[in-house]
Amino acid sequence: RAAAARSVQWPYCRKHCSYCSFNKYVVPAVDEAAVRACLVREAQTLLRLGHVRSVTSVFFGGGTPSLAAPRTIAAVLEAAAEVAYLPAGAEVTLEANPGSADPARLSGFRAAGVNRLSLGVQSLDDAELRLLGREHTAAEARAAVEAARQLFPGRTSLDLIFGLPGQSHEAWARGLEAALGLCDDHLALYQLTLERGTALEAQVRRGALPEPPEELLADMYLSARTALAAAGFHQYEVSNFARKGARSTHNLSYWRAEQYVGVGPGAHGRFVPWGEGGRQREARVQTPHPDAWMREVRSCGHGTRRRAALSPLDQLQEVLALGLRTDEGVTQQRWGLFSPRLSLEAAFGAPGEARELQERGWLRLNGRALRCTPAGLPLLDSLLPALLCQLRRRWNAVQEEDGGGRDSR
Amino acid sequence: MSLTGRTVWWWVRLRRPCLTAAPRGPAVWLPTGLAACQRFYSSRDKEKIDMSAYPVESIRNFSIIAHVDHGKSTLADRLLEITGTIAKTDRNKQVLDKLQVERERGITVKAQSASLFYNYKGVNYLLNLIDTPGHVDFNYEVSRSLSACQGVLLVVDANEGIQAQTVANFYLAFEAQLAIIPVINKIDLKNADPERVEKQIEKLFDIPVNECIRISAKQGTNIDKVLEKVIEKIPPPQCNTTDPLKALVFDSTFDHYRGVVANIAVFGGEIQKGHRIVSAHTNKRYEVNEVGILTPNEQPTHKLYAGQVGYLIAGMKEVTEAQIGDTLFMYKQPVEPLPGFKSAKPMVFAGMYPVDQTEYNNLKSALERLTLNDSSVTVHRDSSLALGAGWRLGFLGLLHMEVFNQRLEQEYNTSVILTAPTVPYKAVLSSAKLIKEHGKSEITIINPAQFPDKHSVSEYLEPTVLGTIITPQEYIGKIIVLCQDRRAVQKEMLYIDEHRVMLKYLFPLNEIVVDFYDALKSLSSGYASFDYEDAGYQAADLIKMDILINGNPVEELSTIIHNDKAYATGKYLCERLKDAIPRQLFEIAIQAAIGKKIIARETLKAYRKNVVAKCYGGDITRRMKLLKRQAEGKKLMRKIGNVEVPRDAFIRVLKRQPEK
Repeated sequence: RAAAARSVQWPYCRKHCSYCSFNKYVVPAVDEAAVRACLVREAQTLLRLGHVRSVTSVFFGGGTPSLAAPRTIAAVLEAAAEVAYLPAGAEVTLEANPGSADPARLSGFRAAGVNRLSLGVQSLDDAELRLLGREHTAAEARAAVEAARQLFPGRTSLDLIFGLPGQSHEAWARGLEAALGLCDDHLALYQLTLERGTALEAQVRRGALPEPPEELLADMYLSARTALAAAGFHQYEVSNFARKGARSTHNLSYWRAEQYVGVGPGAHGRFVPWGEGGRQREARVQTPHPDAWMREVRSCGHGTRRRAALSPLDQLQEVLALGLRTDEGVTQQRWGLFSPRLSLEAAFGAPGEARELQERGWLRLNGRALRCTPAGLPLLDSLLPALLCQLRRRWNAVQEEDGGGRDSR
Repeated sequence: MSLTGRTVWWWVRLRRPCLTAAPRGPAVWLPTGLAACQRFYSSRDKEKIDMSAYPVESIRNFSIIAHVDHGKSTLADRLLEITGTIAKTDRNKQVLDKLQVERERGITVKAQSASLFYNYKGVNYLLNLIDTPGHVDFNYEVSRSLSACQGVLLVVDANEGIQAQTVANFYLAFEAQLAIIPVINKIDLKNADPERVEKQIEKLFDIPVNECIRISAKQGTNIDKVLEKVIEKIPPPQCNTTDPLKALVFDSTFDHYRGVVANIAVFGGEIQKGHRIVSAHTNKRYEVNEVGILTPNEQPTHKLYAGQVGYLIAGMKEVTEAQIGDTLFMYKQPVEPLPGFKSAKPMVFAGMYPVDQTEYNNLKSALERLTLNDSSVTVHRDSSLALGAGWRLGFLGLLHMEVFNQRLEQEYNTSVILTAPTVPYKAVLSSAKLIKEHGKSEITIINPAQFPDKHSVSEYLEPTVLGTIITPQEYIGKIIVLCQDRRAVQKEMLYIDEHRVMLKYLFPLNEIVVDFYDALKSLSSGYASFDYEDAGYQAADLIKMDILINGNPVEELSTIIHNDKAYATGKYLCERLKDAIPRQLFEIAIQAAIGKKIIARETLKAYRKNVVAKCYGGDITRRMKLLKRQAEGKKLMRKIGNVEVPRDAFIRVLKRQPEK
């Protein structure tokens, strides 16, 4: 009945990176057969629950999923194909660390069904890699990229991090240039977020490392955009750049607020659980700890820890916050799927916050979509609160016209 | 004024009935052989107690005065326990401090009281204990409390010794010619040095060492001795039950179900249910529905007699009907009204405005109710172009202002915009036109917006206070520098023992109003203490300074200041404001101006990048929560031009950071 993207979480890592606050575990030995069995079981349970007929893309994230055996990846893909249609050309991405991306492994993954690789290069400077707590060196990263491009030509992506404590603008520009000389057709540039609970954040808070100044971060981001544009890359999302149409369909479907099913410890999902009698889209979170998650999967087929029904307004707010991150913005068509009663035009065309932001040249609304201009995109988080205010106001007005109850959430 | 020659007052206060119930269980511990008391407790909800059992000779009215944290409220708890007024449990903490704000801050804001019953040498005594506020801002309440007493317990911490407020409180009691019983508390502490404190008391207050009682209120040591001394050393009040009824309304509260509950002190005659009484102030007639005492909860009695204190409910429906200071008398038996209370003198003024003008009426009624319970706040209607209709309120000090604001929020669920606090300046006018306009040549300026131009003024005046500082000697140097920086003039310096010094300075009031106390505490590691009293006006070179955000004046931050301080204050305010305003999508200029002249400027740069890098995988739920909160928060922002300023930014700006 429904189509959905699917994220699969492999929760284990060999080492903690100093900046990472993801749900990941470093354990001496992983009982891979057990984890595999549970991933397979949960994948099937949730796909059935969501009445998912067709899986549009699969993304193996983590953790470090390149540490898993190729047969685990194969098993999960087969499991999906058993309960839903998995088209032959569907994008299947695996996140890989250069430390576990030798040619032999990578060809194993390709044989298992992976057809796109996202490499966590992060930096091509050994000192920066040490600061980030990565286990690979710049040379290993280069070798991994070479190997990946051989096996996944046109479908290899590189992740880079900028805004490290103490990193100069010049160092970042050099690193980016080196990456451009090495990369394939997809790049993701992430500004380092100092997340609470990470070693790096603690060092900055203690004053042991300098906090990168905001102005410098803005310079790094804006100049990187220029450099990438010059190299033929198109920015199709805040942090994602592609050329020759090498966009990630999986991530696009996420930003388009399509349905996705999250499988594995700590995975998140957004889908309608028809199989449980649900009628509303739910936000679902799977149990984070792998052992607890496995116990739950064994006893009830899935390890969903939290479910929250999303009201129509909640969903619209997500459509807006995610869609505006992309170059296509929130299209009229997509908006209409979530909001048959209040059109994009009616919500944001009337005088109000959106109009002001358009006048300043940060936002554009036309017959096709509402989207950020290139000038507005870097300011999105300052635009969103105002847009959410206007949306809620217009939404409540329509509800009142309809005589229905106000949705104050 | 001699004690015997003047009218004796009681001053008690009723708790707000809807707040925390007193922790008084059914298992009340009773002193044996106390008939009246037992009858009272065994049937306290049904049968009323007969107050005629307590003639004037067996009544004692006393207060506890102390520097903040010296244990006043703990001693009060113990006295309530030992007399069986409340159950003896380890849950009794600050029993008389009923307000949420009092418990949160560990201070007493409103005077409270309780009637205690105590049998001593075979006589049943009625002891009225009046707990007093412990902060300099509430000295006014202390004075009102003291005027209800014939004696005080002066509590001093055995470790900290005499502090500035101990001195101030002592003089309040001394000048009122009350019996003073020094009590040295916290003798259980490891560093307690009661002998040193006794010597300080002897040196400073001229009270012989052997008159001090050493106690530990926390552990209950020597509490009975305190009660003995109260009975032996404090004289009973002097008045007569055979006189015609004369009762003073000294406080009142509003109860949603019963209307106004007036707190009264009976100066002559007696009063009971059914009596027809008249208010001397309004000449309105009422029939008494209920009288009773406070224990500290309301306890109905048959009657109240001369010398006694309690509450009265008499069908007053409007809060304004129970005028504080009013005299009640029997219908057709008018008496000479009592002089009433002098109204409190506000030292700090600030504008108060509803965040949203549609909230004006709600805020108005909240203000009316709260000011009924706190008559020391003065209220004038005011309005401003930027903030709409509001009020200019007068407070006793900055803590008083904060507490009032907190009570508005906690008890009335309102939120408001408060402007920068200012002190009451004066201007001597030279312009004939202005003099005619005001009908006088000297005007008081409580709102910077009304500051008259230099050209029409012959002299500006600022209020001053005489401040007392007590400090360990090692901080003297820093404190002297601080005082000089605050334009203060030294008046006195005295060693109260080998290590401690008492300093007296004449301060311009505006220099201490906002943060002097915090600065003093911080540079003396908390050891120096401070108190002050009114010291009249002095000439001063004053100017009005405006703060502009992108050229638009911020009315909340307009201040009247001394010319010498304009540049430094302007620069400081701009810097602080820059930190308090979040970056926005355009550049923001923050300026300080005197007239048209800009004297300081800070620039808050526009955001060039504000977008979270990674937004896939799991964290969208958390992210949406944050965005929704920010969207909600936008409604609460104050807009100055197109700049959004968080509502608490101005208060944060005005409260200085701890010294760097």
